[in-house]
Amino acid sequence: MAKRIEVSGLHAYYGGVHAIEDISMTIEPRSVTAFIGPSGCGKSTFLRTLNRMHEVIPGARVEGKVLLDDEDLYGPDVDPVAVRRVVGMVFQRPNPFPTMSIYDNVAAGLKLNGVRRKSRLDDIVEESLKGANLWNEVKDRLNKPGAGLSGGQQQRLCIARAIAVQPQVLLMDEPCSALDPISTLAIEDLIAELKSRYTIVIVTHNMQQAARVSDRTAFFNIAGVGKPGRLIEIGETSKIFTKPEQKATEEYITGRFG
Amino acid sequence: MSTLTTPSGDRPALGGSIGAVSAGRKIKDRIVQALVYLAFALAVVPLLSVLWTVLSNGLERLDGTFFYYSMNGVGGRDEGGGAYHAIVGTLEQVALTSAIAVPIAVLTAVYLVEYGGGGRLARAVGFFVDVMTGIPSIVAGLFVLALWLLTLGFGFSGFAGSLALTILMIPTVVRATEEMLKLVPNDLREASYALGVPRWRTVCFVVLPTALPGIVTGVMLAVARVMGETAPLLLTIFFTKAINTNPFEGPQAALPTFIWEQAGDPNQASIDRAWTGALVLILLIMLFNLGARLLARMFRTVSR
Repeated sequence: MAKRIEVSGLHAYYGGVHAIEDISMTIEPRSVTAFIGPSGCGKSTFLRTLNRMHEVIPGARVEGKVLLDDEDLYGPDVDPVAVRRVVGMVFQRPNPFPTMSIYDNVAAGLKLNGVRRKSRLDDIVEESLKGANLWNEVKDRLNKPGAGLSGGQQQRLCIARAIAVQPQVLLMDEPCSALDPISTLAIEDLIAELKSRYTIVIVTHNMQQAARVSDRTAFFNIAGVGKPGRLIEIGETSKIFTKPEQKATEEYITGRFG
Repeated sequence: MSTLTTPSGDRPALGGSIGAVSAGRKIKDRIVQALVYLAFALAVVPLLSVLWTVLSNGLERLDGTFFYYSMNGVGGRDEGGGAYHAIVGTLEQVALTSAIAVPIAVLTAVYLVEYGGGGRLARAVGFFVDVMTGIPSIVAGLFVLALWLLTLGFGFSGFAGSLALTILMIPTVVRATEEMLKLVPNDLREASYALGVPRWRTVCFVVLPTALPGIVTGVMLAVARVMGETAPLLLTIFFTKAINTNPFEGPQAALPTFIWEQAGDPNQASIDRAWTGALVLILLIMLFNLGARLLARMFRTVSR
């Protein structure tokens, strides 16, 4: 299922603002890659270029290449909607659809893309909720509104919703920053389980979290206010956190700045 | 904060250094409170007065005859007669108006919020919606009279009245819907896009359902508003004392024009009918408002 992502020479802009500059990296399949770095360094922007969510914002554009197993996501006749079915995303704040039940939330991606058969939907909903470690908590109230769950449960619901469309890659934009420590732990355990089936990319402000969940870590930084964000280095998480090659990385992870 | 950082170290007794509400603030609080209540009373007095006058004058003829008979063959001096023809007319005209205006208005608002993106066309549309809001209702009637009846040669009909009311209804529904769509968090749109759902499906199945309670309320309030319009109807549906259930053919009555007609007659029997007509119109509009609130609450409990 999982696919490798190869990014080369990627620039992203918001109108006239150059947000990230010349990023190249390889993201390995069936592993967790964490993006760390100070606020405003372009981690989230870069993440959003990986499923073409960046261009949803008016005036935003991207230059460069993102290859998903040799297929360029920014190729001339690639449909961004199709890209997002292959590269799923979980957001910072849990955002279940407020008008839908738990069941409908998970089935939303399939239903809105034309899957109608009830038995198939039932199977996928159960499988996805199990995959998101939420099934036991909600199996008796699938018809209750998704907004009635706790924050941590809502976030797992959003993960279930994302994996229900069976993507190859799962992008997570600070998925735990709005959650308490116990819910965070539940999500981290879930990430560890999901990585056997997906390519996972996670943006986090929490360096311990990056150290706990990721196999590889990428450090982003900005040269100064108004300057574009850039990739400083990427490598095995154990190496980044013990013997980083760049001085800036070391200063950041030891808490000397950021 | 300052009490927490007192260098003395002793924790001061609560109320001691924090202090009680000063007498001056208490007095100001009272004065402002009194002013607010006064303003409320001032706003309510005319409303109660109108309701009281209409009720006391209108209850007399609020009987079965009023609801089951038209004015066909009933003279101004005669007792009896009813507003059946006018109630039917009003309901049909408002239903037709809603059927035309709501889709146009909701789609316009969807364009403005979801697709326009502040572009030149969106700004122009927004501007003209504002202009339409300011159109006096008689001008809407004159416009339909000039275009539909005089230029295109159609006769007086309930439908012509609906066209005039449509012009008045569209801008209010556009504005209400626009505000509701803007309240839908962007997170939800992004969540939907991230599932690989195209934009139009996102609008249909995520954005509109989320905004639905507010849109329903807005539509109902607009319906209630156009229901009481008189001027545009005078020029488009004309008058009739008989029941005409076909809104596309021939003059039709409506409650506002019924009131206008009856109140213009110097006989007490007619004036009584006018008051009852007014009462029925108010009750009808109230019913719609209540219905709107109930509907909105129903949708909200579903979503919670």
